Amino acid sequence: MWIGGVGKRRRGAENQFSVRQITSSMIAIIDCRIGNTGSIANMLRKCGVRSQVVSLPGEVELAEKLILPGVGSFDHGMHRLRELDLVSVLSRRVVGDRVPILGICLGLQLFTERSEEGKESGLGWVAGQTVRFRFPEGTSPLRVPHMGWNTVAAGAEGGFSSLDASARFYFVHSYHVICRQPADVLATTRYGYDFASVVRHDNIVGVQFHPEKSHRFGLAFLREFATR
Amino acid sequence: MMVIPRVIPCLLLRGWGLVKTRRFRDPLYVGDPVNTIRIFNEKEVDELMLLDIMASREGRGPNFHLISQITSECFMPLAYGGGVTSVEQIAELFSLGVEKVVLNRSAVERPDLVSRAADRFGSQSIVVSIDAWRGRWGGYRVYTLSGTKDAGVEPAAFAARMQEMGAGELLVTSIDRDGTMEGYDLQLIHEVASAVTVPVVASGGAKGLEDFRRAVIEASASAVAAGSLFVFQMPHRAVLISFPSREELEVTFGASPSMPSGGQARVSTG
Repeated sequence: MWIGGVGKRRRGAENQFSVRQITSSMIAIIDCRIGNTGSIANMLRKCGVRSQVVSLPGEVELAEKLILPGVGSFDHGMHRLRELDLVSVLSRRVVGDRVPILGICLGLQLFTERSEEGKESGLGWVAGQTVRFRFPEGTSPLRVPHMGWNTVAAGAEGGFSSLDASARFYFVHSYHVICRQPADVLATTRYGYDFASVVRHDNIVGVQFHPEKSHRFGLAFLREFATR
Repeated sequence: MMVIPRVIPCLLLRGWGLVKTRRFRDPLYVGDPVNTIRIFNEKEVDELMLLDIMASREGRGPNFHLISQITSECFMPLAYGGGVTSVEQIAELFSLGVEKVVLNRSAVERPDLVSRAADRFGSQSIVVSIDAWRGRWGGYRVYTLSGTKDAGVEPAAFAARMQEMGAGELLVTSIDRDGTMEGYDLQLIHEVASAVTVPVVASGGAKGLEDFRRAVIEASASAVAAGSLFVFQMPHRAVLISFPSREELEVTFGASPSMPSGGQARVSTG
């Protein structure tokens, strides 16, 4: 797939690229030093999708598709988004303009209203909260974090074909999302119990796993998100 | 599909090349790191560990340039260790695409780094590596600096303390068994695994799939690491990169320890 496009316009600057056939939007990967944007950019490049790492509100404003990666703690993630002054532009673009966004791991958790991991409130784009793994009384507790490869069971229609039964993805997390609206849960994964591993609310998609660490399975999923 | 324990090639970096040691000595060159990792990438291994064995001894930090070349080829989780002494270095490693950072000497000499790093980045990204010699009296002692410096503490007690400080995972290596392919030191692994609730990765001595199985089933390891097994072809230690197929691993592990044995616990997502 050949990707070309108009470079993003900065005030007073020339276009970086000449206008050519656009077959896919350039994806903006938000960098607030809470995730490894490099791995995602590398994998997108391998799928033939051009991406750009962004961190300025002006850059987010121009993006037509977004990825919010995240590694680390909830409060730290929210602090970073606020420090970089990205919350209002993101909310406007994502909730207002319905720009597609993919949240990865902590990125997904930041979409919820709050997390047991921290004190800050989340972005609140997905109705629900983030909780720690808690295994029922009487069952032998599994080790936390959930770390390793696991599968997803996709329920709802209109999902991603790359989330089939044979796919497996890399997970590493101690907290998971609980959605108030069942329709927002696109797929679940079992670790002691079934938890929401793929979430979708309109243009907002979130995955608890790391596609950029999941070989060809992650590549197929990222390609699907990037090109739909 | 069955969930199986992680099987992790552990690669040792010495300068710009990969090496394999025997009881942490006599490094033997096995190849270029970027090419080797490319091969493991193609074999779709679960996870890789890269340990710079000279960094601490040479008093320097990670080779970020080399690491960034490696991570650009790596589409599975990569844990890096070697010469990490500050939170800033850890942040830099994550920004390069490293998934987890492994602390060894720092965990012993400045344990507060473990807690500071865990607070900032989350426990799941901080691994403490515990290298141990078996003493003549049958007990174990932790050693740092590639097995040359006695840390004055026993592995199980140290492991429990590291968990308290925030380590999300523990790599436990038997120095005696390293490179020997005589099997894991199951007693060592079990002692540590019994003292903590975070995942324990067994390392040192693996010679085959049966060792993986025993480490998980008998010694309560959550994952297994191996070096020689994946980079050498015996009996002459000719360099050959290999990795078992998924089918072989599924047969090896039989029932997964992470699946509930009967009935299904369900949590409502509505």
